[in-house]
Amino acid sequence: MTPNPQAKSTSFGDRKILRNAIIDSFWKLDPRLMVKNPVMFVVEVGAVITLVVLVSNLVQHHGDFRFGLQITLWLWFTVLFANFAEAMAEGRGKAQAETLRKARAETEARKLRDDGTTELLPSSKLRSGDVVVVAACEFIPGDGEVIEGVASVDESAITGESAPVIRESGGDRSAVTGGTRVLSDEIKVRITSNPGETFLDRMISLVEGASRQKTPNEIALNILLAGLTIIFLLAVVTLQPFAIYSGAPQSVFALISLLVCLIPTTIGGLLSAIGIAGMDRLIQRNVIAMSGRAVEAAGDVDVLLLDKTGTITLGNREATAFHAAPGITDADLASAAQLASFADETPEGRSIVVLAKEKYGLRGRELAPHNPVFIPFSAQTRMSGVDMDGREIRKGAPEAIKRYIAEKGQQVPPEVQEHVARIANSGGTPLLVAANHRVYGTIELTDIVKGGIRERFDHLRAMGIRTMMITGDNPLTAAAIARQAGVDDFLAEAKPEDKMALIRNEQAKGKLVAMTGDGTNDAPALAQADVGVAMNTGTQAAKEAGNMVDLDSNPTKLIEIVEIGKQLLITRGALTTFSVANDVAKYFAIIPAMFAGTFPLLGTLNVMKLRTPESAILSAVIFNALIIIGLIPLALRGVRYRPLGAAALLRRNMFIYGLGGVIAPFLGIKLIDILISWLRLA
Amino acid sequence: MTGNGWFQIFLFFGAVVLLTKPLGIFLYRVYERKPTFLDPVLRPIERLIYRVCGIDDTKETDWKDYGISMLLFSGVSLILLYLIERTQQWLPLNPQKLANLSPDLAWNTAVSFTTNTNWQSYVPESTMSYFTQMAGLAYHNFTSAAVGMALAIAVIRGVARKESKTIGNFWVDCTRSLLWILLPLCIILALALVSQGVVQNLLPYTQASLVEPQTVEKQAPDGTKSQDTVTTQVIALGPVASQEAIKMLGTNGGGFFNANSAHPFENPTPLSNLLEMLMIFAIPSALTYTLGRMTGSAKHGWAVWSAMAALFLAGVLVAYAVESRGNPMLKGVNTVASETQPGGNMEGKEVRFGIANSALFTTVTTDASCGAVNNAHDSLTPIGGMIPLINIMLGEIVFGGVGSGLYGMIVFVILSVFIAGLMVGRTPEYLGKKIEAFDVKMAVLSILVSSLTILIFSAISIVTKAGLAGISNPGPHGLSQILYAYTSGTGNNGSAFAGINANTLWYNSTLAIAMLLGRFFSVIPILAVAGNLAAKKHVPESLGTFPVTGLLFTVLLISVIVIVGALTFFPALSLGPILEHLLMNAGKAF
Repeated sequence: MTPNPQAKSTSFGDRKILRNAIIDSFWKLDPRLMVKNPVMFVVEVGAVITLVVLVSNLVQHHGDFRFGLQITLWLWFTVLFANFAEAMAEGRGKAQAETLRKARAETEARKLRDDGTTELLPSSKLRSGDVVVVAACEFIPGDGEVIEGVASVDESAITGESAPVIRESGGDRSAVTGGTRVLSDEIKVRITSNPGETFLDRMISLVEGASRQKTPNEIALNILLAGLTIIFLLAVVTLQPFAIYSGAPQSVFALISLLVCLIPTTIGGLLSAIGIAGMDRLIQRNVIAMSGRAVEAAGDVDVLLLDKTGTITLGNREATAFHAAPGITDADLASAAQLASFADETPEGRSIVVLAKEKYGLRGRELAPHNPVFIPFSAQTRMSGVDMDGREIRKGAPEAIKRYIAEKGQQVPPEVQEHVARIANSGGTPLLVAANHRVYGTIELTDIVKGGIRERFDHLRAMGIRTMMITGDNPLTAAAIARQAGVDDFLAEAKPEDKMALIRNEQAKGKLVAMTGDGTNDAPALAQADVGVAMNTGTQAAKEAGNMVDLDSNPTKLIEIVEIGKQLLITRGALTTFSVANDVAKYFAIIPAMFAGTFPLLGTLNVMKLRTPESAILSAVIFNALIIIGLIPLALRGVRYRPLGAAALLRRNMFIYGLGGVIAPFLGIKLIDILISWLRLA
Repeated sequence: MTGNGWFQIFLFFGAVVLLTKPLGIFLYRVYERKPTFLDPVLRPIERLIYRVCGIDDTKETDWKDYGISMLLFSGVSLILLYLIERTQQWLPLNPQKLANLSPDLAWNTAVSFTTNTNWQSYVPESTMSYFTQMAGLAYHNFTSAAVGMALAIAVIRGVARKESKTIGNFWVDCTRSLLWILLPLCIILALALVSQGVVQNLLPYTQASLVEPQTVEKQAPDGTKSQDTVTTQVIALGPVASQEAIKMLGTNGGGFFNANSAHPFENPTPLSNLLEMLMIFAIPSALTYTLGRMTGSAKHGWAVWSAMAALFLAGVLVAYAVESRGNPMLKGVNTVASETQPGGNMEGKEVRFGIANSALFTTVTTDASCGAVNNAHDSLTPIGGMIPLINIMLGEIVFGGVGSGLYGMIVFVILSVFIAGLMVGRTPEYLGKKIEAFDVKMAVLSILVSSLTILIFSAISIVTKAGLAGISNPGPHGLSQILYAYTSGTGNNGSAFAGINANTLWYNSTLAIAMLLGRFFSVIPILAVAGNLAAKKHVPESLGTFPVTGLLFTVLLISVIVIVGALTFFPALSLGPILEHLLMNAGKAF
């Protein structure tokens, strides 16, 4: 994976982002914005009330001004810190959006008229369906599909990858993105999007968080937090009557301090930052999620459908051995195989040429004098080869060659049949080579399983995710590769509609399915899957159908996407637990402080031995505010995800964030209390 | 604390453990309409009831219709009881010629018995006629329990079913609760109680001569005081055993007599005491097994049971410890347990039960929303009194009321599962059902209603004249009395710090509201969750699914319950029982 250079330059420490975030935290004090976050809205209202009381106390000359001022200030800090967290998270996306916007800068487009001439017009005037001509060194004016020509295109503006990519008409590499630049050749592009709806536009609004909607899980968590806030609001409001009855009425400062400390401000303040940061982490890995919902769904995925080629195995099969038929030398076989493959441009064909060259030194052969006639692969014969010097050399699938030699009454020797069976059983693909209807031997093509893939699948299994390999291979080959790669299951001889049926079937069982795809024929399955990751090199149709686009076009990344999804949820859960667990210590700080004047005996509950009631309340409020700042890096980075089973993961997180959440504030509040009395602040 | 005391506590606990599975299986068979040994007798009666009432027992309904049926049935029953109370002097079976009840008391009592609370603002033996006791109160003891059980079963079905629109038929569930479970068990248990000396008759109260005449001071209306010698005593009687059985088994708790289960005619012997406590826990405990059985995860049932059991044992441990310790202010008094005295804090306790069985009864009756008492909760030590208070505040889910305990617990299970799901990085699932925004919203709403009702009414009462008029002790104990009253009412428990005089317009009417909110407003959201869960697809379990079985889940569930409860009520408790405890240790009593 190539890290996005733009993302890199916008790391946490970036000064500009920091400055903008600080300014934004003040703008975000606007109650119309605050009300969207009920927890922090309550804090803001509390801060306003203390401010009003503070001013009126000042005018009437009563109350402890110094204490009231400090409480008021720290309440405002609490709100600002939460705003800062959100602004920080947004800042990274905004910086990235800025660079993207530059790429979108107005370009000239050469629109092709019906009569074949072109007219110049600004790219913003282009409509879906228009055809434009783009030559070397010109920017592609909008998203579209190459309908004529081949060109190398610099897509670094979007992917961050500086190596140019090939875009050509037809096939699965026809999609081009507006804002990218043609480096060589000329192509005709049919524009597929209207202004404002381009991929770049969508990407900008996504990274800016403008189109960010709360995800279902976030909504549920918000309800829980709002519920807790209401409970604590009532617990504090009703405390005053109880206090009055007990002869110890409380000041507004003490009550609001207690309220703010109890409501889950830590998670409330960091919740949206966590969500934005989750999207951002995906973007850092060059994955564009079309919705937060998709990221969340990624965390829930039960089944991963992985295409064999490119995901589990390295690109394509390679020739790894020649097995000659009886009476034929290996060198003869290699020579024939190489001759049959010279015109074969497929990776398999090239690998045969290379293997013959490396193993038998067959290189620099001059073919022209022999007047070779190359026979390309055809779907009817399912063979390819060459006719030269009166020899017919053919290579093809065993069945095809069998049929071919049968025309002349020949048969495949039993030794060769044995080779074929053995290769197929071990996951390889056998090809037969024949010259003049005589079988020369077998070429063994092998799938090379990617290094480390087995461990990744083991991790996924530990997470409770089933992996399923999709391949066009026959069941025998598929089984062998599945065994080698360690996938849980496989679908062999798969046609696009089989993939679709498989997804539907898993979904009917209540499972969430994720898949990657790039071809147009993948589009329906991508749309059907709960998480469909389209490759950026893929067709426009595939990119439209999926809910994520991987700019690096690396199918293995699905695994990282799943981890990011889980990490997002875990971070929310961990901080919620931490936030609520913190309340225990805060009670032990504030309740004794409130009533110590009237009932010195309640000082027994002051287990932290905080110096004065004022210092106790202040310490709790300060801790509550600072913990938000302290946890911003964690919120942005996310809790580290470990591929463990649910029970082990929960035990671990309960221990760290639950038990830790109970203990940490006892230490923190005590420490602040020592500092406060040392500074004589209260 | 004595070895004998612990033995009795664990004898009781062991019996609960043994009862859970067999009774749980029986409940499962009854509600799933599988054959039981009682069918030959009861099926014809059941069919007859359906025919007479025009009920189509093959038709199930969605959660809304289920809830409406439940509300209608409860509403009509409530009005019926109100009318009986208001007209009892003209009705039969009133040998003591007791008068009609005042409107607010009649309303409070009608609500109280309909909601399975059985809060009693009155002295039964001088207020309720035999007819009212039997046709009014006992009827509600049966039906309110049956309603609770039906609701619990409907909620379990919601969890267990897959892509189903319906969660059962309220009328069928209710009828089967009564015919198969409550009536047969009550007949047996009433006879068992009679064997211990519980009375069962319709005679007028008898007069007895005192062995030792008592001299009491009397104050005339003009203020002059005079001495009066009392030589006779009226002994109240009635059809007690039949009502006692359902009072305990249905976790109702409304005593036939004012002294409730401390009265020798209600609870004469240690054996009857053990039986009564077992009756309280029997059905709530068994329902956890039914939950496991119906959802196909017996281990989940036991995990929920374990959470309840742990909270119960913690409560009993503290209550027994502090009551055994006694009151430190009684200087120079021997409060050590010995062969001849139970020791500890015996104020308000019956000598035939002693410390252990009183502390145990108090814990059991408040864990479950029963509210029957065999000792005066008002006389418990401050911390001893805080245990029942906390038990009720947690939401009556430590076994809890018949049915209501289980569905209340499921709310906490949903919240626990939600938090756990987040912490393991998956959209939370409860036994294969995804927990989403709607479910969380309803679960939170259900908990909110109870907490808010308790806090708001207590806060108003503590600063208003009408509220303060009722309390009998100043200082923190007065706060505890008020807090206990609304906690008990909202939690549908019905026990009280009896020093409070709640038979006033303010308390009768506000407690009635608290009881209604606590019962009906908190169950409707739970039914909605059940309906919503029933309609959901089942997600098969995987390694990534957080298991709702085992120790880890139990610990999490307990943590969520304790944290939510503690955080909500800690401020109030610190000014009530905790402060009182500290003051008592410092030598100040109220």
